[in-house]
Amino acid sequence: MKIHEYQAKETLKKFGVPVQDGIAIKALSEFDGAITQLQARGINQYVVKSQIHAGGRGKGKLYNPNNREELIQEGGVKFTTSAEKAKDYASKMLGNLLITHQTGTEGKIVKTLFIAEGLDYKKELYLGILLDRSVSKNVIMASTEGGVEIEKVAEETPEKIIKEWIEPSVGFQSYQARKIAFGLGLKGAALKSFVPFMMKLYKAYEETDASMLEINPLIITNDDKIIALDAKMNFDDNALYRHQEISAYRDLDEEDALEIEASKFNLNYIKLDGNVGCMVNGAGLAMATMDIIKLAGGEPANFLDVGGSANKETVANGFKIILSDPNVKAILINIFGGIVRCDRVAQGVIDAVKEVSVTVPVVVRLEGTNAIEAKELLENSGLNFEVASTLHDAAKKITSVLSMETVN
Amino acid sequence: MSILLDKKTRVVVQGITGGEGSFHTKQMIEYGTNVVAGVTPGKGGQKFEDTNVPIFNTLAEAVKVTKAEASAIFVPPSFAADAILEAANAGIKLVVCITEGIPTKDMIAVYNLIKEKNVRLVGPNCPGVISPGKAKIGIMPGFIHKQGKVGVVSRSGTLTYEAVKQLSDLGIGQSTCVGIGGDPIIGSRFIDIIKLFNEDSGTEGIVMIGEIGGSAEEEAADFMKKYVKKPVVGFIAGRTAPPGRRMGHAGAIISGGKGTAAEKMAAMKKAGIHVVESPAEIGITMKKALDKEKKKEVKKKISSVKKTVKKVAIKKVLPKKKISKKK
Repeated sequence: MKIHEYQAKETLKKFGVPVQDGIAIKALSEFDGAITQLQARGINQYVVKSQIHAGGRGKGKLYNPNNREELIQEGGVKFTTSAEKAKDYASKMLGNLLITHQTGTEGKIVKTLFIAEGLDYKKELYLGILLDRSVSKNVIMASTEGGVEIEKVAEETPEKIIKEWIEPSVGFQSYQARKIAFGLGLKGAALKSFVPFMMKLYKAYEETDASMLEINPLIITNDDKIIALDAKMNFDDNALYRHQEISAYRDLDEEDALEIEASKFNLNYIKLDGNVGCMVNGAGLAMATMDIIKLAGGEPANFLDVGGSANKETVANGFKIILSDPNVKAILINIFGGIVRCDRVAQGVIDAVKEVSVTVPVVVRLEGTNAIEAKELLENSGLNFEVASTLHDAAKKITSVLSMETVN
Repeated sequence: MSILLDKKTRVVVQGITGGEGSFHTKQMIEYGTNVVAGVTPGKGGQKFEDTNVPIFNTLAEAVKVTKAEASAIFVPPSFAADAILEAANAGIKLVVCITEGIPTKDMIAVYNLIKEKNVRLVGPNCPGVISPGKAKIGIMPGFIHKQGKVGVVSRSGTLTYEAVKQLSDLGIGQSTCVGIGGDPIIGSRFIDIIKLFNEDSGTEGIVMIGEIGGSAEEEAADFMKKYVKKPVVGFIAGRTAPPGRRMGHAGAIISGGKGTAAEKMAAMKKAGIHVVESPAEIGITMKKALDKEKKKEVKKKISSVKKTVKKVAIKKVLPKKKISKKK
């Protein structure tokens, strides 16, 4: 699960990690109150930061959501020493469409702003914590090249990235924090404050079941303080059950409406841009089915794993979700019935097609227990199914269905 | 022959009285698996349904009484890490964890703790292990399998069934099929299972089914390039998956441009693996590869026969002198 920058900072603050101070607002009417509070804390320069679940906000552009041609403002993160100017920036961000290199051309509507303290600093660093799958341990990555895209640094100058792996039995050690600090070339007061900073940061990562924590940039202020200027945190979905305070951060506005709908029915759905919808049991087979669609000359419109129980309800809900995407020109159902019986799945498909009015051609491939009975059921249903017996056959039928579509 | 599991392997089921656990235990017994015990804390002393399989409160007790050597884990995700550790500490040699949804943090701790112990973990979040015609530990449908000589190793469930069905339909049986699981942290990786298949004299070919995400396929390809002479057919699912989106399995995500299908397929091709573009071609490609091996062998045999014929012929025309010299 992803959360916003301001939420990540709230979380880090609970662990004593020094973060950039600020207040989140959801409407322009809250702006003056936020500024007054910040001023009361002695803050007199400001950064207005758009809160969306995507990076590259600073270099992003804001457009009118009703007219995507109309550029409102360059930059989704703005610095100023004037409260008035800050309000102007805020008004141009809230409710508008922010497009960054990570959002794609669709962009994201800015619904929350983080009005933060503007800080003067002399150095930008990079810090990241995540799982290193190759050794099954967490790794801390640090670099003097803060503020830029770390992927670029990793590719072009990998020697500039310092790595420390954490031994799970003993946890993160202060000698490791010192090693990172010296590796980053820190001295004096900055060196001293880095070690506790790093220890607290790792603790926050570990105790919240985070799957990724990135501070980019981490800054050294002119008076040698270490502060997280930005913060990005992702969490392990499997562990959310033990972190209610994190689960409460879920922002449904940031998620695809269809994906939210699907998750209500325990369907694992991801919307894509293609023209062939698919419904499959199992994640691996679902990906393989998407690949088959592509090889057959189509483009997958979605990933949809209906899980272990492919019954009438799951199939009907699957159809509803796939069909609410207007780009879908055909549907491929690929169920490998192992423990579940194919004839039951077939009956589910038939009932679901009758219940939901399915107007696009449907290719059905059921394999496994009672596959022959299932095939007969589908063929004798009086409904317009293309019944395929093998994966190869399914691919061919998708190709022919698609070519018919283009003729029509 | 087979790896990891055969008819004699003594199996204990952790979470035997739960919904999934009881259903699949019955299936396993029906398939011929030697299930000797079950564990459900608080239900010790009972028998499993209408069988004679005893239930114990702790795994240590089950091992002591029944000498169980392999375990199947069907407990809920929040108890699964504990169950794996219990098995490892009770002296179980093979732990197959079916449970889906275990927090990564729990698995980091477990993986690194049991690494030093003499135990092999398969999974979590996997369909399990089956040695066709002998035994199965897991949730895969037994009837699609056929006893034979191809080893199958895969990160997914139903896609493995798909590949197995293709093989069986072509008359190609399997020595053992191992679903290693789709999580970021798993007990056995491709390379571990491929090593076993490589050493198993009963395995003549290997099918490897990977997914986007991580670098386990590349690691395995490296190993195979150096050490594996048996024919290998490979497929990577998720060529059409967009970066940054998790495709169902917690491990299946392309992050920072790494773990793409294209990268994995290139590494595998370089290692001499028959990489198929379409998942529909897995079976047929293995058949061709095996046929080719057979032809090679026949050729070798013919040429060695020819050589001996030649030798015999030469011996026959050898002057007697030389023969007497040898004496």
